[in-house]
Amino acid sequence: MSSWFKRMAIAAAATVAFTGMAAAQVVYNRGNDADPETLDPHKTSTTYESHILRDMLEGLMIYDAAGKVIPGVAEKHEISDDGVTYRFTLRQNAKWSNGDPVKASDFVFSLRRIMDPATGAKYANILYPIKNAEKINKSQGSKPEDLGVKAVDDRTLEITLERPTPYFLELLTHQTGLPVHQASVQRHNADFVKPGNYVSNGAYVLKEFVPNSQIRLEKNTNFHDAQNVKIDAVVFQPQKDLAATARRFEAGELHSTSDFPADQTKSLRQRLGDQVHTSPRLGLYYISLNTTKENLKDPRVRQALSMVIDRELIAEQVWGGTMLPAYSIVPPGIGNYKEPATADFKTMSPIEREDKAKELLKQAGYGPGKPLKVQLRYNSSDNNKNTVVQVADDWKRIGVETAFINTDAKTHFAVLRDTNDYEAARAGWIGDYSDPQNFLFLLESDNKGFNYAKYNNPAFDALMKKAADEKNLDKRADILKEAEAMLMKDMPYIPVLFYGNNNLVSNKLQGWVDNVTGAHPTRFMSIKQ
Amino acid sequence: MAQGAVIPTEAMKGTVQGRSLWADARTRLFRNKAAVVSIGWLLFMALICIVGPEVTGHQYDRVYTEYSRVEPSLSAYPKADQITPSVERIGSRLRATPESITVEGDTLRATFVGQRPIDERSLAFFPRSDLFGDARVIERADEGRRISVEVPIERRYFFFGTDTNGRDLLTRTLFAGRISLSIGLLATFVAITIGVIYGAVSGYLGGRVDVIMMRFVDILYSLPFIFFVIMLVVFFGRNFVLMFIAVGAVEWLDMARIVRGQTLSIKRQEYVQAAEALGVETKGIIRRHVIPNTLGPVVVYMTLLVPRVILLESFLSFLGLGVQEPMTSWGVLIADGARNIQGAAFMLIFPSIFLVSTLFALNFIGDGLRDALDPKDR
Amino acid sequence: MWFYRSARDSVLPFILRRFLSAVPTLFLIVTISFFLIRVAPGGPFDLEQPLEAKVMENLMRIYNLDRPLIEQYGLYLWHLAQGDFGPSFYFRDFTIGELFMQGLPVSITLGALALLVAVLVGGTLGTIAAFRQNSAIDYLVTGFAAMGLTIPNFVVAPVFQIVFGLMLAMLPIGGWNDGAVRNIILPVIVLALPQIAVVARMIRASMIEALRSNHIRTLRSLGLPTSTVVSHALRGASLPVVSYLGPAAAALLTGSVVVETIFALPGIGRYFVEGALNRDYTLVMGTVVLVAVFVMFFNLLVDILYALIDPRVRYE
Repeated sequence: MSSWFKRMAIAAAATVAFTGMAAAQVVYNRGNDADPETLDPHKTSTTYESHILRDMLEGLMIYDAAGKVIPGVAEKHEISDDGVTYRFTLRQNAKWSNGDPVKASDFVFSLRRIMDPATGAKYANILYPIKNAEKINKSQGSKPEDLGVKAVDDRTLEITLERPTPYFLELLTHQTGLPVHQASVQRHNADFVKPGNYVSNGAYVLKEFVPNSQIRLEKNTNFHDAQNVKIDAVVFQPQKDLAATARRFEAGELHSTSDFPADQTKSLRQRLGDQVHTSPRLGLYYISLNTTKENLKDPRVRQALSMVIDRELIAEQVWGGTMLPAYSIVPPGIGNYKEPATADFKTMSPIEREDKAKELLKQAGYGPGKPLKVQLRYNSSDNNKNTVVQVADDWKRIGVETAFINTDAKTHFAVLRDTNDYEAARAGWIGDYSDPQNFLFLLESDNKGFNYAKYNNPAFDALMKKAADEKNLDKRADILKEAEAMLMKDMPYIPVLFYGNNNLVSNKLQGWVDNVTGAHPTRFMSIKQ
Repeated sequence: MAQGAVIPTEAMKGTVQGRSLWADARTRLFRNKAAVVSIGWLLFMALICIVGPEVTGHQYDRVYTEYSRVEPSLSAYPKADQITPSVERIGSRLRATPESITVEGDTLRATFVGQRPIDERSLAFFPRSDLFGDARVIERADEGRRISVEVPIERRYFFFGTDTNGRDLLTRTLFAGRISLSIGLLATFVAITIGVIYGAVSGYLGGRVDVIMMRFVDILYSLPFIFFVIMLVVFFGRNFVLMFIAVGAVEWLDMARIVRGQTLSIKRQEYVQAAEALGVETKGIIRRHVIPNTLGPVVVYMTLLVPRVILLESFLSFLGLGVQEPMTSWGVLIADGARNIQGAAFMLIFPSIFLVSTLFALNFIGDGLRDALDPKDR
Repeated sequence: MWFYRSARDSVLPFILRRFLSAVPTLFLIVTISFFLIRVAPGGPFDLEQPLEAKVMENLMRIYNLDRPLIEQYGLYLWHLAQGDFGPSFYFRDFTIGELFMQGLPVSITLGALALLVAVLVGGTLGTIAAFRQNSAIDYLVTGFAAMGLTIPNFVVAPVFQIVFGLMLAMLPIGGWNDGAVRNIILPVIVLALPQIAVVARMIRASMIEALRSNHIRTLRSLGLPTSTVVSHALRGASLPVVSYLGPAAAALLTGSVVVETIFALPGIGRYFVEGALNRDYTLVMGTVVLVAVFVMFFNLLVDILYALIDPRVRYE
């Protein structure tokens, strides 16, 4: 019945469009990496979920078209002198899609909800800078009511932090900081995310969610800036096969995609011209070396393995120039930082590097008679495969014998994290906010989940702790750089490449600005007919 | 077979009948032109896949970084337009600019000019580039700021082009053939061994045992095969051979059914009943009488199962669960090629020709064998 | 016709017996796959970026994954017996039931159309080839059939997309679009091709045999029109096809990973792979049960059809 009705409605819409009687709905067909696990913002963790949520919900702070942090629901904010108290003033005209005003208490409810262990939020740790958040989330004797978030009145929200956090405003743009509508969450429980139930405060509301097919959002007429929203509906479609997705884009079935097959960049450029977009992104593609394994225990060995990798070649040949060669853990251009501490071999020529690497291996007791053998794991994907093949070829030059193991992603990361049963493995990290801490903390010795290398250096841990307590941003940057330099000497992770944002963007789509965050809110875009 | 001293008459009968059946079948098979051509093609394919990778002049895992995704060509690489950019690239590593570049036959002469004296150790970049051999300095001037070198050009042939990493696709296609064919044969062998024994035992014993054994087959039939295979990949992903033994261990169901049916009819033959009357052990009867007489359909089924396993492997490759690098298979190459169909179609075409023609041949052989062994057609 | 009655006499108890015997089969299948998927490394909540230990603990508790395995198994069976497949671990806004409700119609539409095309086209081609044995047209059909069986569908699908979607710009490249005819032409053809090949081969082989049989020879010698001869010959020749189409239908109607992936279709074929790779335990179990039910149903259907076509077959 309802599907019959829908079909009729579409047919009617098509008729209207053909006869040109009324202005047709402007629909943006937007490719997305995958289907979201859920549309409950507090239970999500990935960037492809953030693209959808950003269109539906508006946080205190938001990204603009160029990825700059601008006021969202909070039209202004004041930060106390000690940097721990943030006072936000909410827009008077901020409304939910059902007409309810957006109140400070909505944010109190939402932030308590994500920290509540009962919610099972996967990414609550992003907001640990908020006072007591960590203790609540880890059930260490604090209750959700203890969270440092307070509604002074309907339009004033006060957030207290554990310690000054220079990147806190940017954190609030993350999907974990998005508000949910208290009444509908309480009425529908887990079902509040269903179309029809979902009450949102962003530019769009959820109309339809068909897994493996599409998520349709339509314009929210109650949105405070609705008059400037030019696109009537966004249809997010999961990109299950990248090559086929590129063909769909070429045929005009999609206005933008969130990725393309990087190894085909050249041929795509020939066919699609400047509709192929690439820009740098805060993300590191690295090879983790298990520092507890006999063959990789020696920092000289790790240094040698890192030194001989021809990063420029991999970036160009395998990734079609969509990635950049990486010589540091922290990507350049990150906030609250200076130039990253790069590996000292960056300036050496390939031949010098090769000689030096051979020398290091010899010192560590490896050579022609006793070749170093390394097992390299990777998770199945074309470009991962091509990358590790190239890495192994570079390693072969200094007499290292590589054996590959490829598995599906689940097995791969389960092995890296939960077992000690690997030697070297490819992995990646996309920054959640623009701060060096978000990269360096991966290797803290108590970071059980992320520290795949099982790197344990008390001096490094001490520096990270010192940086966390440092209020002066300049000094903090210096301390973090010192810590990074330590990593580049010990080389538990071999930085290989920095990720890029790869998009196909139609010439019809206006207002798309490439930026380092990869955020492209639909409300700032329009479609040229 | 003839050593069966216990019942010589029976054994003889079997031998005589067998010979005439097989001989007859052979004649019929060789009269089928498509089948004969197919057998020839298959043998040829097996031969080039076994010998080929050794004689193409490339190793299957040798990476030529300068030749990523070059087009198939009958003439040698490097092409004329590749030499200058490559020399310029080397020049920039020498921190010098090439002043003149001349190519005479297989020799390159180039003069480099630098701001500072040129470090001659860096000439090692020439042999590293895959295009050239060792450079020899023929002239130095301006205190080493200007040097002339003579470098042999290494001519290489890529008849099928190269892949993204710059590996020779001809060699890889042939090498892949080894893997694909052996996977097909191995899994089929396992499937047939299990299927024949299981089916023969079930059919011969009959009664309650037969019912239970066939019920078990029914249950396995209803298990989604893809799920099973993916679980196998997860468990045995590291070891592809092991995995296909496991695939074989799943593919035996049809075989068991076919053999059981055959056995039921063989069981009623006089010679089997005679053997039973003479007190021959069940095991002996199954081995000596039942199994040999089911071979016809088994052989036909085998020629159909080998392509099925090879296609299954290519399906797994499409899902990204194929053989481990640096090994490769036709499935992996085709899956790679299908993704690059618009930019580098040759990566798809050549492996596809090999795969499809092989499967074609196997199909025709299967058809031919079926016709040849079909007693009704006599 | 006389055999209808005799068939009906025994068909009901026969169906009933088969339904009863399906229960233990399903139970065994559920048991095998339940424990098999749990042995695989990694869990449904493992991401590339790992979770805080406490969060993981909460999630495990929410989904009952912290209980002993045998208890979870009991719980699953209990819910399954009530027709509840449970919530999906990956598509967390949906239950498995909801996913199937949305995906199954898509897969069944595509599969049924592909099956129809396969039977019609394959049957026609096979019949023509059999009547013109060893003619050019016979070789063409045989060759085409071999192609259909040997070219992987993940090669055919992109080629079709390029030819019909980009070069000729006649058909859309992907998407479901509420089942619009334009959108399902290519996927149906790609799905049908190998089946056309099989059906054509089988019909050809059994038609040749049927045409040699005495009663068809009699019909032909009596000078009856070709259509009558064909219809009589087809009845005999369709038996092996029917027994092949049973399992094939079950497979087609439950979706194809490759076709759904390349054409971006929301069927359930992808759930086998996604479920297993994401360790979405309930999704995997759901698809396993679904496929098993389809296979058993179509086997039953084949047996009934068999008896209808060939009165000599008795229900056992």
